[in-house]
Amino acid sequence: MLEQQLLNALTLGSVYALFALGFTLVFGVLAVINLSHGAVFMVGSYAALALVTRFETPLWLAMIGAMLISGTLGLLIDVLILKPLRARNAPHLIPMIATIGVSIMLTTTAQGLFGAEALRFPDETLPAGEFVIGDVHVRALEIAIVAIAFILMAVLFTILKRSQLGRALRAIAESPKAAWLLGINVEGLFHVTSFVAAALGGIAGVLIGLDFNAITPGMGQPILHKGIAVIILGGMGDIRGALIGGLFLGFAEVLSKAYLSSQMGDAVAFGLLFLILMVRPSGLFGRKLERKA
Amino acid sequence: MSANLLSIRQLSKHFGGLNVLHDVSFEVPAGSIYGLIGPNGAGKTTVFNLITGLLQPNSGSIDFQGESLIGVPSHRITHRGIARTFQNIRIFKEMDLLENVMVGLHDHLDYGGLALFFNTPAYRAAEEKARARALELLTWVGLDHKAELLAENLSYGDQRKLEFARALATEPKLLLLDEPVAGMNPSEKTILMEEIRNIRNRGYGVFMIEHDMRFVMGLCDRIAVLNFGRIIAEGSPDEIRNNPEVIEAYLGKEDAA
Amino acid sequence: MEGFNDFWSTYSTLVFTVGVHAMLALSIWLTLSCGLLSLANAAFMGIGAYVSALLTLQLDGPFAAVLLAGGVAPALVALIIGAPVLRLSGVYLAMATLAFGEVVRITILNLEITGGPEGLNGIPLATEGWHIALLLALTVYGLARLRRSKVGRAFESIKEDEVAARLMGINVDRYKLLAFVLGAFIAGVAGALNAHFTFFISPREYGFENAVDILTMTVLGGTSSLFGPILGATILALLPEVLRFLHDFRALVNGAVLVLVVLFLPKGIWEPRRIRAWLKRNKGDRA
Repeated sequence: MLEQQLLNALTLGSVYALFALGFTLVFGVLAVINLSHGAVFMVGSYAALALVTRFETPLWLAMIGAMLISGTLGLLIDVLILKPLRARNAPHLIPMIATIGVSIMLTTTAQGLFGAEALRFPDETLPAGEFVIGDVHVRALEIAIVAIAFILMAVLFTILKRSQLGRALRAIAESPKAAWLLGINVEGLFHVTSFVAAALGGIAGVLIGLDFNAITPGMGQPILHKGIAVIILGGMGDIRGALIGGLFLGFAEVLSKAYLSSQMGDAVAFGLLFLILMVRPSGLFGRKLERKA
Repeated sequence: MSANLLSIRQLSKHFGGLNVLHDVSFEVPAGSIYGLIGPNGAGKTTVFNLITGLLQPNSGSIDFQGESLIGVPSHRITHRGIARTFQNIRIFKEMDLLENVMVGLHDHLDYGGLALFFNTPAYRAAEEKARARALELLTWVGLDHKAELLAENLSYGDQRKLEFARALATEPKLLLLDEPVAGMNPSEKTILMEEIRNIRNRGYGVFMIEHDMRFVMGLCDRIAVLNFGRIIAEGSPDEIRNNPEVIEAYLGKEDAA
Repeated sequence: MEGFNDFWSTYSTLVFTVGVHAMLALSIWLTLSCGLLSLANAAFMGIGAYVSALLTLQLDGPFAAVLLAGGVAPALVALIIGAPVLRLSGVYLAMATLAFGEVVRITILNLEITGGPEGLNGIPLATEGWHIALLLALTVYGLARLRRSKVGRAFESIKEDEVAARLMGINVDRYKLLAFVLGAFIAGVAGALNAHFTFFISPREYGFENAVDILTMTVLGGTSSLFGPILGATILALLPEVLRFLHDFRALVNGAVLVLVVLFLPKGIWEPRRIRAWLKRNKGDRA
């Protein structure tokens, strides 16, 4: 019934928002559409799983580990690939194509290492417990997911709005050259942003992996497409947009699947994306793609 | 039918809260060389952008040969006979000089897909004629010996000349030149002055934005002065030179020619 | 003659594949030559494949007509979505075409007439070598002619500087649409040809991964000439054959290729200018 679906939507939507946040952060600060974000998401999930199953770390620690691992991966991608392209002043599409390549490499490697079948977190590691409120079954897991997602997003928002670091990032988003002239370590902050964004993508992967309890090498692809839909809906480079867009998509998808059909649910993301691109390409809160040097 | 080629009336443009142009009016007569000067940031390039359809005004009118240009797509404005060069030179770097100028001839090449596909004599004749015309224009600006060079390998001054030749290729009735002599040495400027007089004598209208006072005063029949988005003076070079408001706003800060 | 027959029976599929892929790579090359990154060409190929396969299976139409329909159908779709989509630039356009591609794939996946996830089976083997050779040759010829004409110059100028192109009197929107629609047509015909020798088609062959595949071929081979995409298609098709052990890692190779080419050979392998300069330098050394 509706309340149950709304709860599912909230859970899904908050993870979409978390994923989209990392994606939009890279776009806003580095002006790059990082299509390897989906693969990083997937890596986070496998990392947590590996930590839990092979090293027997408790789940909460594995989550942190996953964030560190995917964050480092994001940093490597920035240093090895995006940085040389920046030095060369390559047009926007080029880094995007390179990140497609990275995504493919990561996916096939994961498939080679873990196989193509869906893996699961062992039951003991999952938070158990279920509350029943009225007609709605609320799993402790779902509460944890929503809580973690929102806490991380709140932390991110606070840093961006209130701190020196946040101000520096916003300055770079406005104009990297001007920021550099102001003495901001632009290149260093590019690295930091890549790390943080990838870390957020990684934890989103863990959360989805827990929510659906299925981890596959290809899990990053559909989420990437949806992430694109989210940030275009909400406006590229806009943090609020990622949050609202992610929640909106979560609701649209779950409700479509429940009341229309399962396949429609998947198509909904793209249909919306397509529509919004036609009508208002800058999204709900968006800014222009080209920015001053 | 007005004798004025270009008629700008009460043109206004603002971006958000920023008022870039306010109530700008002037007339560019046919067969004349008209100048627009003013301090940096006065809004001169915005005027060009409005005329060529890259921006739309908030109010006011822009009439070319009696017909309004507002809402007309840029490529049609070129079709009607307005060509333009840019302050920061926008030539096609990865094409050679000949091809650059031939792009300017685009509108004047009239063949369809079938002629193209089957390489008909009519197609070949049209392309040959275009090449010849492009070479002629390059010769006119003294670049014919570099015709096969890639545009990005040209010196700054040569790139300006190329842009000039390319603009002429569109067979404009009015040529908008945005800082045509920036970065040129004195002898190049003198040559360009002559060339602009030549085109005026052939019946083209020229409308230029420039900072080089000697160039402007020596060449233009009439000059308008823009300051903070408003026209503060309009008249002959002598009138402008002696206008106290202009001197205060602008000339006073520079060495008078 | 014996040798040739043996070779042919083993490798004919490979040769056909190279031919079809070359056409696909050229279709993306065409849109790239106008500055458009369209990730929809795999979807257009899919539309062409399905329309032509259905025409053959259900109506048993003559092959030439079927091929033509396979090209016209996606071209019409491109015409319809082209006008709004092409208003977008650069990355937004890539996203929109990506989204469109997914919509097409999901639609095919869910329609009954297309056989759903199981796809269409039993498509007659109507394609012969000479079909592919002829159509590839026609494509190359047509694109070469286009390139040298005012259309080719218009594309090039739009790619470099859209604003300047407009001010040269070029109707940028119309030319972008032309590149997009023509690209869709070529991709559709390639899809139709492909469907009629692989005997079986499914939605999985026309998704994002395939769009990336095609893009990789073009990027690898080189975007500055017509030979580049053909070279890229050939290399990527032959690579798993030549290096057998890489067969399973085809996707990994694709990914690595994309990254390496972008980093080290931005214009692809076949870049006439760089090659000419290299030749000149070496000639000079010997002088």
